[in-house]
Amino acid sequence: MSTGARNVAADGAVRRRRGRPGAAEKAGTWADERFGPAGPLRNLLNKVFPDHWSFMLGEIALYSFIILLLSGTYLTFFFEPSMGEVLYHGRYTPLSDMTMSRAFDSTLKISFDVRGGLIMRQIHHWAALMFVAAIVVHMARVFFTGAFRKPRETNWLLGVLLFILGFVEGFVGYSMPDDLLSGTGLRITQGIIMSIPIVGTWTSWLIFGSEFPGTEIVGRFYILHVLLLPGIILALITVHLALVVKQKHSQFPGPGRTEHNVIGERVLPTYGAKAGGFFMIVFGVLALLGGLVQINPVWLWGPYEPSQVSSGSQPDFYMGFFDGLVRLWPDWETHFSAYTIPAVFYAAVIPPGIIFTALMLYPFIEAKITKDTAVHNLLQRPRDVPVRTSLGAMSLVFYLVLLGSGGNDIIADKFSISLNAMTWLGRIALLLLPPAAYGVTYRICLGLQRHDREVLEHGIETGIIRRLPHGEFIEVHQPLGPVDEHGHGTLRYAGAPVPKKMNTFAGVRRTVVGFFKPVELPARIEHEQIEGRELESTGDGRRGEQTSERDKELTGGPHS
Amino acid sequence: MTPPDQAPGTPPADDLERMSREDLVNAGAEAGDVHIVHREERFPEPGTPVEKRAERQVALAFGITGLAALLCCVAFIAIPWKFKVGDNNSYRWFTPAVGLTMGISLLSLGIGMVLMAKKLMPEEVTVQDRHDMKSDEFDLRTTGATLTQGLADTGVARRNVLKTSIALGGAGLGLMAVIIPVGGLIKRPTGLGTTPWAAGVRLIQVDGRRVRPADLQPGSLATVFPDVPDGLHRSDTPVMLIRLRAGSHITHREGQGNFGWGDYIAYSKICTHLGCPVSLYEQQTNRILCPCHQSQFDILLDAKPIFGPASRPLPSLPIEVDKDGYFVAKGPFIEPIGPAYWERRNDYNERNTNRNG
Repeated sequence: MSTGARNVAADGAVRRRRGRPGAAEKAGTWADERFGPAGPLRNLLNKVFPDHWSFMLGEIALYSFIILLLSGTYLTFFFEPSMGEVLYHGRYTPLSDMTMSRAFDSTLKISFDVRGGLIMRQIHHWAALMFVAAIVVHMARVFFTGAFRKPRETNWLLGVLLFILGFVEGFVGYSMPDDLLSGTGLRITQGIIMSIPIVGTWTSWLIFGSEFPGTEIVGRFYILHVLLLPGIILALITVHLALVVKQKHSQFPGPGRTEHNVIGERVLPTYGAKAGGFFMIVFGVLALLGGLVQINPVWLWGPYEPSQVSSGSQPDFYMGFFDGLVRLWPDWETHFSAYTIPAVFYAAVIPPGIIFTALMLYPFIEAKITKDTAVHNLLQRPRDVPVRTSLGAMSLVFYLVLLGSGGNDIIADKFSISLNAMTWLGRIALLLLPPAAYGVTYRICLGLQRHDREVLEHGIETGIIRRLPHGEFIEVHQPLGPVDEHGHGTLRYAGAPVPKKMNTFAGVRRTVVGFFKPVELPARIEHEQIEGRELESTGDGRRGEQTSERDKELTGGPHS
Repeated sequence: MTPPDQAPGTPPADDLERMSREDLVNAGAEAGDVHIVHREERFPEPGTPVEKRAERQVALAFGITGLAALLCCVAFIAIPWKFKVGDNNSYRWFTPAVGLTMGISLLSLGIGMVLMAKKLMPEEVTVQDRHDMKSDEFDLRTTGATLTQGLADTGVARRNVLKTSIALGGAGLGLMAVIIPVGGLIKRPTGLGTTPWAAGVRLIQVDGRRVRPADLQPGSLATVFPDVPDGLHRSDTPVMLIRLRAGSHITHREGQGNFGWGDYIAYSKICTHLGCPVSLYEQQTNRILCPCHQSQFDILLDAKPIFGPASRPLPSLPIEVDKDGYFVAKGPFIEPIGPAYWERRNDYNERNTNRNG
């Protein structure tokens, strides 16, 4: 806490400012007399956010989206969403005089004839990948820690919707250049749409306006990609964040943390500075990727022709699991005399439908089965909910097998494995690995739980071996807190990490600051530790006796 | 001067005059249920070597930001960026140089900000109270009553005629709201199961040349198109013309024994799985592989699928040689090409390739 002397100084400064209002104060008064923001603004600045590395994953998605909006707007200055045919006369002479759509022509123009156009295109594409990837990882965090439980089920739903929309937005976006790779992807998508019973062909004609590919699709995708979908995504993100603000961020159990508070840092200054800095870091990483790592070089693929395809063609990573599903699924087609249900319908329409529906409904299913109607603001450690964690691991393995199978031709080629063997491997793995992952994860969860209990009961292994008078060797265990008459710890598990190493537990000295040479005297740290900090320790400050202070922290009692 | 709606517990204006900045901050925080329980300067004693070091690190990061941004501008302006094939490759450096300097600039700005927050700004632990989302009984009941009374006042609930008319009106309106925007987009699927291929249509290659039986080596494949307007760019026209190696014998599908011509045979190039062009022809095994989802078709079994997700053979195009010695189609495809769909009939003998030739 500040000293009295500083208070006086600050007081004096305030007085002086009040005497002659500065420009900022004037502007503030001007705004307040018209809009009255003082109260709400103060509360916003004072809002508390808990701190944990995994809470940054959603932020990455948000920041990528902002960068997508900025870079995408720039690209619209040059992109022509038209399938009208032109002869290419741009700087990339290997394609000179080729017939291509205006869409492809203008994509080449952005890449070769606009200064800095290529890096913008590449930043945009990388940001799109980052956006979907961050959503997936963020969703996994929310799932494994139980952050979707009441009262946050709605936000989970909105998140799944954002995931699906991000997916569609990305696909529509990379279909627009009308290059050979995206055209092939579009053709596959059209085949999948056609496979829907009864309405399939009608839906395809509705979307494409004619037989595939027609002349409309790029124009239609353009308005979807730059207006409708981003508009909906922006609106959903706004509601998603507004709910986080209204419901306040969930937090992991820990010292002083309860269901009825949030412990962390205020938006101003610390959290805000960290979040702003993190935005810049995400932006910087995307700029590096966009400049240094080539992505989607459409001039190498060439314009789309229905009769051509490049071998080893892979979609963007988020479509990969879809591709894997279609590759692995057997040729089971249903035939009626005059009608067909194509095999693709069972592979590419029904399973994703089930997956996304289950994803959306999961919070409600879990609450129903566990009969849990309580409000939860404290997160769970994945090990403490073995069934959910194992279900999650199972789903992830299912997803990864599909993703790998989406590139099974590349794997087969690079490792000289038979392509058919890869397909069969994928089929078998898809059935066997997820249940195996469930079992293994369940066991690991139980093992971790037991280890937590063991340390709470017997203490931390110190690595010190002692020989007893009668010759027996024992390892000395350091109890975490007070012990009962049998020498067993009395602390109960409270959902927070249990220290397992002496370093993370008792007061080891902090590191001496300095890279090449120390910039402070080691004696100073000693002094600091004895005098300044809360560590009440014996002479060497290394192995403190347990105190009631420490007990409270471990049991999640009120913070002093 | 105290406003009438001043919250209870707020100090009067006179006290505000006397309060220090820290007291004001704390009072404001408390008003929002925020309790600053611990706040400590990182460096209570100013000017220590550790503080100076932290300051230098942050300053260095911000310095790099400016420098790299400047370099980025220089790179953007100075590096030749216009693409040229061959001799001058300096354009290759443009995008990486701009990206590298831009990335370093933004990255070190971000790192500087985070360092500042972690190393220089005061350390704090703040607790904010969290209240249940659930409203209190008074709000719940009064809002509920207001709502139900408002709805009751409309009188719809007890007037059945009104109810019916609203339901009918709403249904009509809903239908209209769907039909008007979507109606213009709906089109009857036309040309399903038909292609421009017909008797007498010439086979041409992508450069427009016609094809003669002497043009292909045994065991090779050519992609051919119908000599019709837009035939090169349609999605249902590409056909593979295959010349078998000597001694290869095709087990034809029922009724299709005469579709080939000599050692030539023609199949639709559009995969029956999802419409990719099946273009990988393995001469040794007489197999055709689709690069998209790895469906494999055996030419010797009349392009029957033998592996992968495709469930129907590639349709065969009947061909012959006209009086000028060029290939022409003998007739259209006898079944729909490409991926299947609901309306597709199933009387094309697709599943009984092996029965007889």
